Amino acid sequence: MMRRLLLPLFVIALALLPVVLPESAEFYVTLLNYLGLYALVALGLVLLTGVGGLTSFGQAAFVGVGAYATAWLTTAFGWSPWLTLLVAVATTTVVALFLGFITLRMGGHYLPLGTIAWGISLYFLFGNIEAFGGHTGLGGIPPVSLGGMELKSGREFYYLIWIALMLGVVATQNLLDSRDGRAIRALKGGVVMAEAMGVNTAWYKIVIFTIAAQFACVSGWLYAHLQRFVNPTPFSLTQGIEYLFMAVIGGVGHVWGALLGAGLITILKQWLQDLLPKLLGQSGNFEVIVFGLVMIFVLHRARDGLWPVIVRLVEKRLPMAVRANAVEAADALPRRERPAVGDTILDVQQVTKRFGGLTANNSVSFSVRAGEVMALIGPNGAGKSTMFNCVSGVNPPTEGEVRFLGQRVDGLASREIARRGMSRTFQHVRLLPTMSVLDNVAIGAHLRGSRHFVHASCRLDRDEERRLRAEAARQIERVGLAEHMFDAAGSLPLGKQRIVEIARALAADPCLLLLDEPAAGLRYLEKQSLAELLRKLRGEGMGILLVEHDMDFVMGLADRIVVMEFGEKLAEGLPRQIQEDPKVLQAYLGGVE
Amino acid sequence: MDFQIALLLGQDGLTNGAIYALLALALVLVFAVTRVIFIPQGEFVAYGALTLAALQAGKLPATLWMVVALGAVVVAVDGAIALRHGAMRRLPRMLALNLGIPLLLWALLAHVETAGLSLIAQIALTLCIVVPLGPMLYRLAYQPIAEAPVLILLIVSVAVHVVLIGLGLLFFGAEGTRTPAFSEGSLELGAVTLQYQTLWILAISALLILALYAFFGRTLYGKALRATALNRTGARLMGISTTMAGKLSFTLAALIGAFSGILISPITTLYYDSGFLIGLKGFVGAIIGGLVSYPLAAAGALLVGFLESYSSFWASAYKEVIVFTLIIPVLLWRSLTSHHSEEEE
Repeated sequence: MMRRLLLPLFVIALALLPVVLPESAEFYVTLLNYLGLYALVALGLVLLTGVGGLTSFGQAAFVGVGAYATAWLTTAFGWSPWLTLLVAVATTTVVALFLGFITLRMGGHYLPLGTIAWGISLYFLFGNIEAFGGHTGLGGIPPVSLGGMELKSGREFYYLIWIALMLGVVATQNLLDSRDGRAIRALKGGVVMAEAMGVNTAWYKIVIFTIAAQFACVSGWLYAHLQRFVNPTPFSLTQGIEYLFMAVIGGVGHVWGALLGAGLITILKQWLQDLLPKLLGQSGNFEVIVFGLVMIFVLHRARDGLWPVIVRLVEKRLPMAVRANAVEAADALPRRERPAVGDTILDVQQVTKRFGGLTANNSVSFSVRAGEVMALIGPNGAGKSTMFNCVSGVNPPTEGEVRFLGQRVDGLASREIARRGMSRTFQHVRLLPTMSVLDNVAIGAHLRGSRHFVHASCRLDRDEERRLRAEAARQIERVGLAEHMFDAAGSLPLGKQRIVEIARALAADPCLLLLDEPAAGLRYLEKQSLAELLRKLRGEGMGILLVEHDMDFVMGLADRIVVMEFGEKLAEGLPRQIQEDPKVLQAYLGGVE
Repeated sequence: MDFQIALLLGQDGLTNGAIYALLALALVLVFAVTRVIFIPQGEFVAYGALTLAALQAGKLPATLWMVVALGAVVVAVDGAIALRHGAMRRLPRMLALNLGIPLLLWALLAHVETAGLSLIAQIALTLCIVVPLGPMLYRLAYQPIAEAPVLILLIVSVAVHVVLIGLGLLFFGAEGTRTPAFSEGSLELGAVTLQYQTLWILAISALLILALYAFFGRTLYGKALRATALNRTGARLMGISTTMAGKLSFTLAALIGAFSGILISPITTLYYDSGFLIGLKGFVGAIIGGLVSYPLAAAGALLVGFLESYSSFWASAYKEVIVFTLIIPVLLWRSLTSHHSEEEE
């Protein structure tokens, strides 16, 4: 009960502070204003670094874009600050989209390196443009007026800053708890899986980079109208690095970590800037030594930052109320049109896959019909999983044709193939271990929703979100894991994690299901219920392509079997024929003397 | 711009480009072997130059205290681990390398009037002080999280950079220094006047690059580093210690950094924080090489040198802007041509 009061109490305290603080404590109002400005930038980094696994050292430059845009347009052309806000955000968006486009398609470290270069360039640019006043800067920026009232004092401006920050926090939290939020959380360590579920991961990387840049830009706009003066110094790379320190030390995976980090660094800096020069007998920015050492320590010992530590402490004192973990009932999602039972849905013709000099698949052909279970068997290293990757577009074939529902799909990205109704599981389980089973399965239904991050931030996606969650829950119940619905996926035994993968694939409403060793690690009864489920799906007209080593499981379930060895097709036929095929016996048992 | 000026600028560009090329090679080496993006590379440039300047002024360079202190921390950390495992045999070597050598240096420097020594002796002392900082930093900042994602290692690098900048200010103050040229004077070649220092820089850079080439191609340790760069797990299975590889690559990077600082301090005034921009220009070169190709990185660094020198003539205020914006077309080109594999870290 107490915990639910914490947030409202915090907001009330924030709202009352400027009223309560005496005239003599103006310093604290200023400190809180800066804290709010910094936290807004750090909040963007939480989304980018903590959630998305990317980072930027150039946030200070985006703050500069916001500040200089409004400083220049209001002083030189007399534009209204509210209009310049739009211009600043639009400029930032264009720059961020461009930088994101050129860096995010490559390895993860190109974005931070690109942002370092961009941060330095922009800093020198600000200092050299005549119209921006060079290194001296621009003064005489008009105050922001709101409903006829000019926000001139720090106390008045305080509300604007903290309202902006709170809106940012709420929008970020809403975003993370949505269809797009799941896709964004999958960027860190789940790119291949997310793509196979139809998520355009490159696009989401660009989106979160742009959102982070926009937060920084708004902070810069606020800064310019608070200070009423700008010069290049606060937008240097050093400041950009400090923003990242705030986010990491505070707790880069949590929105409140941004506030905590901004607060800690701001106060610590104030204190150290007084203390250290006296201690060392020299003047200079020696606080960076302490910040750097603290950063190294945090990254070694507590990579999640301080916020989770505080949460654990609070949870000890104030026992958590049982979280309301329920899935609300909702209308079922529309289902795709299914091909008629017996139609060929997958046609693989002469597919060859080479890795350098190694030929993993050599001219393999087979087909799968709607309403049948086709099993792909063979010794380890026969090329079965490679074939799966060729078919599902995770790793496209070197030669040959793959037709799905009559259309060629070889060479298409895996998310495009997923869109057409093929869904798969992975041999090496690819779940997001810290997310709940429900959230993991809901990623499978990604393509069945259309509400995006703008809707999500404003909570305009709730109806669709209910339906997506209900669909995920339905699939979890169907595979028999209802009791684990809200457990972290990583806490399940491996066999059950494989079943979660099946539920995730089913949530996509596929007409062809690719299962890579689904029965591995299952106990006898679990295998039986899995076979039962697959039979039921087959009965509904689903085509199933199965790789499996458990021969009892395969022989009892498959309608047809393809045997592979050394990358080539060895035999094809009904289970009974395969069991008697001398070539297959030779491959599996070493032949009969 | 007449021919004379063009030649002069070209000479400048070539000199700077040679230094950037050295740094770019070190950056590619460290990244390939340890996956660390070594932002603090530039601080070694500044530390090398400023330590030499202190020795020439007859002062005890503060970097000496740093190497003694870091050595003591390394011994404390590694010693505690060795004691816990009862591995006493490791202690003598560990003590000698991390504390013995720095203390010996201290004793030596306390008794020798360094200002009167020959330049070669001063340079040797400088390297003895600054280079051990490389492997010590690796041990303390990177080795405990050697398997962390590239992103985390990068953030640690930035943190180390910030610490070294702060310490640099504390050690050397805000004033810049310049050291005397290796040999004064210049060489007339027709219309071209070449400073001897320029020739020194070009010759020593070329020599260092050849030495590195031979090291990687001919020696067991060089091959071990290449193996680690290619496949960490595979190298470890073959008995190559990734810790050794990490320390060795950081030693080389520190050596190259400090030596670069020594080479350029006669032609440009270096401050405690000058190294950062110099190192980053090496980075732009390395990125042109995709952080993997040594020849492309060296070529990219030369390009940066020329671009910087010619843009300082045409638009000197925008020199840095032009150099660092170069990275954008490069990244664009790489992003459009490279087939990014979706392998995750």
